Amino acid sequence: MPVLLSEEHQIRQPEDVVLVRQAVRQKAVELGFNLVDQTKLVTAASELARNTLQYGGGGTLRLESLVDGLRRGLRLTFADEGPGIADIEQAMRDGFSTAGGLGLGLSGARRLSNEFHIDSRPGEGTRISITRWR
Amino acid sequence: MERIPILKMGEYLLVTIQVDMHDRLAMTLQDDLTAKIVAARARGVLIDISALEIVDSFIGRMLADIAGMSRVLDAETVVVGMRPAVAITLVELGLSLTGVRTALNVERGMELLRRRIAGRNEDDAGSA
Repeated sequence: MPVLLSEEHQIRQPEDVVLVRQAVRQKAVELGFNLVDQTKLVTAASELARNTLQYGGGGTLRLESLVDGLRRGLRLTFADEGPGIADIEQAMRDGFSTAGGLGLGLSGARRLSNEFHIDSRPGEGTRISITRWR
Repeated sequence: MERIPILKMGEYLLVTIQVDMHDRLAMTLQDDLTAKIVAARARGVLIDISALEIVDSFIGRMLADIAGMSRVLDAETVVVGMRPAVAITLVELGLSLTGVRTALNVERGMELLRRRIAGRNEDDAGSA
């Protein structure tokens, strides 16, 4: 699938989560997403960026504009080199949290996206990518 | 340090969140607000989130925690001004803001606070 444009952001401190939200909003506006879809994308990005920071010890976000025929999409890939997730199925369940959160980060981000991929290995890190199509 | 201002108006505290909060700022607001409820002997807290472009699980939990803490401190909390797109996203995310009273705008929120505080005063008078 052709990737039109790609950019990367560091997620190292809480302020970076705010910058990630702003970058995703700007990209979603540029791609012509409506307000509700923009809000879903930014909210999902906020959850995943916080996870990257809290569980992954920091990492990166890659933003990609996608073209698939007439469709345009935005793909967000969060990657860290943290401890990884031992039981992905358990981590995807509502209410599961190891850091005292609400446990809605992963499951909520999946519900707010059209596509969701997670790849994680204990000791190696976690890579989560979500896509929303316009 | 960056802080969100809390205004006192009679027995009410008013908070308007106008910036995109990072998590530490949200935690500071929670601490400041509980301290101020006690210091100002506030009976009601109104939080205006009309400027917020998203409410994620962290901010949602902060709002629920503030409502819970103020209840324990004998104050009512009302959250007002949620944008429609935020409401749609919040429900899809899986957050129901249990225990948080909401109103459409500041005017209705103040009305709700007044009614609830008046109701509690009557209960107190009745049981005395």
